[in-house]
Amino acid sequence: MKKKALSLVLSAAMMTSLFVGCGNGSAGSSESVDTSGELTWRIGGIGPITGGAAQYGQGVMNAIQLAVDEVNEAGGINGYQISFNFQDDEADQQKSVNAYNTLKDWGMQILEGTVTSGAGQAVAAETYADRMFMLTPSASSPDVINGHDNVYQVCFSDPNQGAVSADYIADNKLATKVGVIYDSSDPYSSGVYQTFATEAKAKGLDIVASEAFTADSKTDFTTQLQKCKDAGADLLFLPFYYTEGSIVLTQANQMGYKPTMFGVDGFDGLLTVENFDAKLAEGVYLLTPFAADSQDEATKKFVSAYEEKFGGTPNQFAADAYDGIYILKEALEAANLTPEASNEEICDALIAGLQKVNYNGLTGEGMTWNEKGEVSKAPKAVVIKDGAYASVD
Amino acid sequence: MKILEKLKKSTQKIIGPVADTVSKYAKKVITPVVNLYKKLNKPTKKLIRTETVILALFAVVSVMESSGNLTSLMKGLLVPVCAYSLVAVGLNLCVGYLGELSLGHAGFMCVGAFTSALFSRTFQDVIPDVPRFIIALVLGTAVAALFGFLIAIPVLRLSGDYLAIVTLAFGEIIKNVINVLYVGKDSKGLHFSMKDQMSLNMDLDGMMLINGPQGITGTPRQSTFLIAVLLLMLALIVTHNFVHSRTGRAVMAIRDNQIAAETVGLPVTKYKLVAFTLSAAIAGVGGVLYAHNINSLTATTNNFGYNMSIMILVYVVLGGIGNFSGSVIAAVVLTMLPELLRGLSTYRMLIYSIVLIGLMLFNWAPGILKWREAHGLNATAIIGRFKKKEVQ
Repeated sequence: MKKKALSLVLSAAMMTSLFVGCGNGSAGSSESVDTSGELTWRIGGIGPITGGAAQYGQGVMNAIQLAVDEVNEAGGINGYQISFNFQDDEADQQKSVNAYNTLKDWGMQILEGTVTSGAGQAVAAETYADRMFMLTPSASSPDVINGHDNVYQVCFSDPNQGAVSADYIADNKLATKVGVIYDSSDPYSSGVYQTFATEAKAKGLDIVASEAFTADSKTDFTTQLQKCKDAGADLLFLPFYYTEGSIVLTQANQMGYKPTMFGVDGFDGLLTVENFDAKLAEGVYLLTPFAADSQDEATKKFVSAYEEKFGGTPNQFAADAYDGIYILKEALEAANLTPEASNEEICDALIAGLQKVNYNGLTGEGMTWNEKGEVSKAPKAVVIKDGAYASVD
Repeated sequence: MKILEKLKKSTQKIIGPVADTVSKYAKKVITPVVNLYKKLNKPTKKLIRTETVILALFAVVSVMESSGNLTSLMKGLLVPVCAYSLVAVGLNLCVGYLGELSLGHAGFMCVGAFTSALFSRTFQDVIPDVPRFIIALVLGTAVAALFGFLIAIPVLRLSGDYLAIVTLAFGEIIKNVINVLYVGKDSKGLHFSMKDQMSLNMDLDGMMLINGPQGITGTPRQSTFLIAVLLLMLALIVTHNFVHSRTGRAVMAIRDNQIAAETVGLPVTKYKLVAFTLSAAIAGVGGVLYAHNINSLTATTNNFGYNMSIMILVYVVLGGIGNFSGSVIAAVVLTMLPELLRGLSTYRMLIYSIVLIGLMLFNWAPGILKWREAHGLNATAIIGRFKKKEVQ
């Protein structure tokens, strides 16, 4: 009897755990059908909050939460509150599609994601098939928006950055011999590099060395630096993120190699790296749409609210994500929509609506979008002077 | 009570004759089938049971899907689950029957995925959907098998830990080579490069097929749950037949005692090669399914690197080394688990790991096995209990 009772209890526990798993999903989808009183906008977010790229996902998640709380406090969008659900994708395509499906079960109407480009490509194909509107804060690869009329970017795209950098270097005659170090395992880094190289060739810049590293080996750059030095590069183009950037700068200094350093928007955050001698960053050029220590009112408010709530300084990913919610708000208000509309209706309205939006945000003035989903804002070069960003123009 | 009895009688009246005829015919059909089943040997019976369970699950899921009861998450997981199960079955052949620990099976999955996706993408507008998918499937499997064969030649000279480490290295090589591969297509034909996109010298209207670390984008989505289940069932039949064939017995003999097998005159290298190649081919099939289920395919550590290889090994070990249906169950459970734990947000990966440790202990710790046997909680005891009830 005892054995039977025990096995009964165990099997009962197993069954309940199974049903609990199913129950979550069905409860979520039934809520969105429930239109009594508690009708809200259901905005979903996808990004890595665990794994190697977690810092970017965390920033985006926090910033969206911040924006959502602010909008809700101010009365919501068209009188309806926003509910926000963020799912982890570990920057992996398959996991990202799983996260998207989870959000769909929850009743998501608009997706603000994904954070990374690789995952973005996979999810964009899904949202395109489902007619779900997708606004990505930071997936900058053109493959995310190509062929998908429902996908829009808040950040500027990789080709844009590569071309602007090459133009800037050539036009201001910063150097003639350029060395490039890039992360070949990262679509963002190699995407920027590809357009940079194409544009550099057209502008007559001489790329004397292009050295790659991968995500598996990004702690030591002496080999790449040595090769650039040997090739006589007097400017280094570094299209990757600031964590690796700080290592490159430190190691170049140790080698006594002092070329002009030119980073792209990933270098934003360089000055906040712990245990990094900020003096080494003096004279580094970078492209950024957002600077956390900028003195304008909106940025100051955002940065202080972010620091107070989550700790740490927000980077440009977070700023893009924060802007994203307000961009959606503006487009939804212009289209005069309510959450009762179906996903398809919202999607169609936003596709048309976003092209009419002219938005002033943290990451740019007068942002507009074309029908491909690209944002108009131009990357601006700044140079680090006395531990702060200074405009170069 | 009276009403109930009446109801029972009247239903019996109506259903009775129908049921009688049905059962008569059913007996005619089922009895010989059952007799035939009883005559089969034990492993074949097990295979048939597994296949029936898979079919039944497939039927249940299909009904749920068509009636709209399946969540999007589950729908999205159906094909990946089958793909991982296939790779686990492939690896189990290698670990369980060849007795060699391979840590590079994600590499073979990767080869299958990229070959087939490259083919599908190249001939997307040339060959109609169905034949193209069939060719892609065959091609992906064949190339994965070829890589398995080529890698096995040096690798199988080693054994044990050394072999595991070398396969790990090969898996990483495959992943890294794919990450520097650039293939493009324009009006002049195909262009290849190992450097970057610019050195392809393509026309402006050219199309990138493999864009280095950004992989293949725009693979047509053709893997369906039906295809996936059919392939999984086929793989189970193939492995079963292989293991119980003359070759399979030879492979097991080599596993149990290589020196003895050599003394008897078995060509050890040949049998090892055959088993390893078949194992790689099945992993390749999993890769083909995976690639045709997702729009953007990249080779990262998480999906085709050592992380995945170890994950597949976990499926095999949890399901039981040498137990194919166990591998399938473990792959299904462990793929579903992190997704079902999403409600726990950031703690889910921690909980997942704890559950994994718990499952491993529950399944394989000697002390717990003893306890389970004493309390009638192992598989045979539970099945036995059901049988008793049937007799009563």
